[in-house]
Amino acid sequence: MLVIGCGNPDCGDDAAGLLVARRVRELGLAAAECSGEATSLMACWEGEPEVILVDAVMTGAPVGTLQVWDGARTPFMRGRFRCSTHGLGVAEAIELARALGCLPARLRIYGIEGRAFVPGTAPSRQVLEAVERAAQLILAEAACMNPD
Amino acid sequence: MSQPRSRSARIIKVDYLARVEGEGALYVKLRGERVEDVKLKIFEPPRFFEAFLRGRHFSEAADITARICGICPVAYQMSAVHAIERALGITVTPEIRLLRRLLYCGEWIESHALHVYLLHAPDFLGYEDALAMARDHRELVEQGLRLKKIGNRLVSVIGGREIHPVSACVGGFYRVPTRTELEALKAELEWALEASLATLRWSAGLQYPDFEPDREFVALRHPHEYPLNEGRLVSNRGLDIDVSEFEDRIIEQHVKHSTALHCLLRERGSYMVGPLARVNLNFDQLPEVARRAAADAGFAVPCRNPFRSIQARALELVFACWEALRIIGEYQPPAEARIEAPARATVGCAATEAPRGVLYHRYELDADGRILAARIVPPTSQNQRRIEEDLRELLPRLLDEPMERMSWRCEQAIRNYDPCISCATHFLRVELEREG
Repeated sequence: MLVIGCGNPDCGDDAAGLLVARRVRELGLAAAECSGEATSLMACWEGEPEVILVDAVMTGAPVGTLQVWDGARTPFMRGRFRCSTHGLGVAEAIELARALGCLPARLRIYGIEGRAFVPGTAPSRQVLEAVERAAQLILAEAACMNPD
Repeated sequence: MSQPRSRSARIIKVDYLARVEGEGALYVKLRGERVEDVKLKIFEPPRFFEAFLRGRHFSEAADITARICGICPVAYQMSAVHAIERALGITVTPEIRLLRRLLYCGEWIESHALHVYLLHAPDFLGYEDALAMARDHRELVEQGLRLKKIGNRLVSVIGGREIHPVSACVGGFYRVPTRTELEALKAELEWALEASLATLRWSAGLQYPDFEPDREFVALRHPHEYPLNEGRLVSNRGLDIDVSEFEDRIIEQHVKHSTALHCLLRERGSYMVGPLARVNLNFDQLPEVARRAAADAGFAVPCRNPFRSIQARALELVFACWEALRIIGEYQPPAEARIEAPARATVGCAATEAPRGVLYHRYELDADGRILAARIVPPTSQNQRRIEEDLRELLPRLLDEPMERMSWRCEQAIRNYDPCISCATHFLRVELEREG
């Protein structure tokens, strides 16, 4: 199983996914960091049957809210994720991979609600707390998948 | 017999232009058969990179300016290091020069593959976006993704990572790749060259509007090679200057509707930079394989049709893959990854060929190497006025089209330039207003 954290480390709450990737790596899981640009993300999960993707989201929920979706089954609405280059971000990567038949067989998506994405600022306290909650949940999920 | 158009105004608005980088809009006002107003509105906030650079040491410029763009960070790094090296009077070794050229090939491959396949192809094949196109043209999209991936790998191997690479510096590189690391890319690059040739052949079958406005093309030109890192600034109307004369010949204007400055050639007006300009001005410098493939695809220079920019990009994909293979074939790791760059009070400038066109940097340094002033002129700023003029010349041909189709054709005309608004502000919404 591979955990992929997406985001920008220098844009406030947008760092959430990267921080989760770093935390689960400390806890012993395989984790990669990605900007969220669609083609890079697709290359990142290539050949991986089980992927947990973590990113900051904007759904209107209270900041720091942690939401989990089944990416392999649920079509994704554009605009939910924060990062995008030429309009090709995380949602487009998931849907493009679905159309091309190269989506990981199991794709769980952890979304951490962000509010402030100002360049040069640190993530909010609520997001940092959600990062730890997400890391612990992912660790528990990995333990269930690999009980040995 | 057609009815005369009424005198009321028609406005077409596209509130957010898709498949471009950054935030901008287009506003067009038509009255009868007259185009009253065309504004390429760039409202992305100014990013003040030139101000950020003041007070920083020159060694930081490559990493700071790389942050201007996630698609062409190498271009920013290359213009920065070349400008500072010119200021300091440093000449890098031939091995470092070749490695920089190889790094730039990686960026051209990733940027051109992204635009040709995922951003521009949907316009020609009639889809809203690459996602819709992928359902019917799976192999085409897969080919584009694989091409982009090889470009990303090339940038990553040389630059340390694929986005905002970190290894380029004044005087050379912090780390240079081993021969084994580069040779591992050869098989994919050989596939990429064949895929690029297939892309050019595919582009021959696309439908191009009959639109060839007269315009001035500006690009770098080097006596011995297709331009990437250096050359004189030339045009199809006789401009032929050293880059140090850039600010004497090219002026930047502020317009109310744009947070990015408009560039004009002094006493001459708008001009076009980018792949079509480069190919027109440097066709003879392309390798034989590219020139022959262009002829087979029915692409000939001079080519003034901006809609054929997709073919120019495909042609440059062929060049970049060929050139990357050539450089890797003769690569010998430099004995020294970089040469020393002693600080002194000085001023220097350089221009390199970013995927979207000429990218100019100038730096003024103090005796300790701190940046006193910086100036950055990205390609999208240079193309903005020319994009508006393309639309002014294109719209009269579209007056009998339904508003929705007019709007779509305007967006396509803008995407011919692959504008990068985030770079230019350091832009797209469309508003088309019609009276009559």
